Amino acid sequence: MSILVIAEHDNSSLKQATLNVVAAAKAVGGDIDVLVAGENCGAVGEAAGKIEGVSKVLVADNAVYGHFLGENLGLLVADLGKGYSHIFAAAGTTGKDFMPRVAALLDVAQISDIVRVESEDTFVRPIYAGNAIATVKSSDSIKVVTVRPTGFDPVSGEGGSAAVEALDNVQDAGVSSFVSEQVAESDRPDLASAGIVISGGRGMQNGENFKMLEQVADLLGAAVGASRAAVDAGFVPNDMQVGQTGKIVAPQLYVAVGISGAIQHLAGMSDSKVIVAINKDEEAPIFQVADYGLVADLFEAVPQLEEELKKAL
Amino acid sequence: MKVLVAVKRVIDYNVKVRVKPDNTGVDLANVKMAMNPFCEIAVEEAVRLKEKGVATEIVVVSIGAKACQEQIRTALALGADRGIHIETDEEVQSLEAAKLLKAVVEKEEPKLVILGKQSIDTDNNQTGQMLAALTGMGQGTFASEVVVEGDKVNVTREVDGGLTTVALNLPAVVTTDLRLNEPRYASLPNIMKAKKKPLDGMTPADLGVELAPRLSTLKVEAPASRQAGVKVADVAELVDKLKNEAKVI
Repeated sequence: MSILVIAEHDNSSLKQATLNVVAAAKAVGGDIDVLVAGENCGAVGEAAGKIEGVSKVLVADNAVYGHFLGENLGLLVADLGKGYSHIFAAAGTTGKDFMPRVAALLDVAQISDIVRVESEDTFVRPIYAGNAIATVKSSDSIKVVTVRPTGFDPVSGEGGSAAVEALDNVQDAGVSSFVSEQVAESDRPDLASAGIVISGGRGMQNGENFKMLEQVADLLGAAVGASRAAVDAGFVPNDMQVGQTGKIVAPQLYVAVGISGAIQHLAGMSDSKVIVAINKDEEAPIFQVADYGLVADLFEAVPQLEEELKKAL
Repeated sequence: MKVLVAVKRVIDYNVKVRVKPDNTGVDLANVKMAMNPFCEIAVEEAVRLKEKGVATEIVVVSIGAKACQEQIRTALALGADRGIHIETDEEVQSLEAAKLLKAVVEKEEPKLVILGKQSIDTDNNQTGQMLAALTGMGQGTFASEVVVEGDKVNVTREVDGGLTTVALNLPAVVTTDLRLNEPRYASLPNIMKAKKKPLDGMTPADLGVELAPRLSTLKVEAPASRQAGVKVADVAELVDKLKNEAKVI
């Protein structure tokens, strides 16, 4: 067996999700090659070569891949992927965009968002917003799979010494082009890979009040998230959304503040190791999944939390 | 400009999902079904394009058992002009759905195909991208804004780090994210009118597509449930527990 893992990166650094995907590939077994497709992404290729357990790194460095357009990546990965038994990528917005194209071009099914590998052809994935867990078996010769990073403990990004090979494979579908982007700038860790996440819900009342959470987050080195209710109410941008329709997180500590705990939110965070809920409604469903629940007005509890943390840390 | 919208009949999003005791799937007997929420957003976007004078005709297509004509009628009541029902009682997986839609695209030659980004039952998030690949079209997935300009469409996409905008040659595929629009409700007069709108029926065989599922579901289980923990009296106790008991800070 041979597995092609598509690296997740931003042309300058390798995203941690890649290490989780390599871990999923290791669970299948066999040779693991990593593809880094991007523009001026040499440093990412070097970093990928250090990942534990990787045999070879392929670097496709060309302007056509610079903005990760699904049309071009789809052609490249389908072309390279013909020689592999498995193609794995992280189930982020990039992987979800190009991987189904790869599968269609290879005339195989795609298996989305796996959280466990049962065997080389059998995988476990949540369906119905995590309300059911399906075990699916593929009869295709090439398995095209997206991996939910939180389902796998990352391999080490150090210690490997894979050969890095430059590819001269330029695939331009010619039907799409990049126009612009609005990147959310933040000094805090990335929501999807943070060890601690503190999220606010509708109970925060407005976007301004999220500053209280940011102050606590900065003490803990945490990322700040939000429920869909808070996003829909316009308090914060959608890229902060944790839940079935937003980001799936599984940090060591998840602190839910003023979040009632709708099913769609729980689907995005219930794999967290320790869950804390702060809510003034003691009947809120979030308390049914919380390890530690505090029934309190968040506008009193959060400033107190900041003070107590300053003392304790 | 003709717009094709694909819609799927799924379990209503308010229904509590229950796994069958024999672990063969989710219990759908006597459960309320509805149009997939992302598909509703797709229909709404097409109707808005028509209201702006950009779209001239909206064709809505659904694949599945006879009952999914209900969802086609709903789309017609919301403003689509005619329906196509590809009838089959078999399970249709994403790749097959994309092949069926490709056959419809070849017949109808729409300039824009709008689909939901994923259905809330299988959560695959694949069909739109597969259709785009099979037809060689560009794709604007997870769209939060769609602007047609001449022979191009600019699609703003919701991605992990923020927003990104791409320009696609027409014809193109767009898949909807939650914030693209807020779907309207169908009015009673429009529901009555929708009953008279044309709805063509066909089978996968009519379209020359053979259904051949590649994935088999071995079992479906309920997720491991989390136990409720303890209530703490105050913030000081909370911080103490996190530090000394859970050891996560």
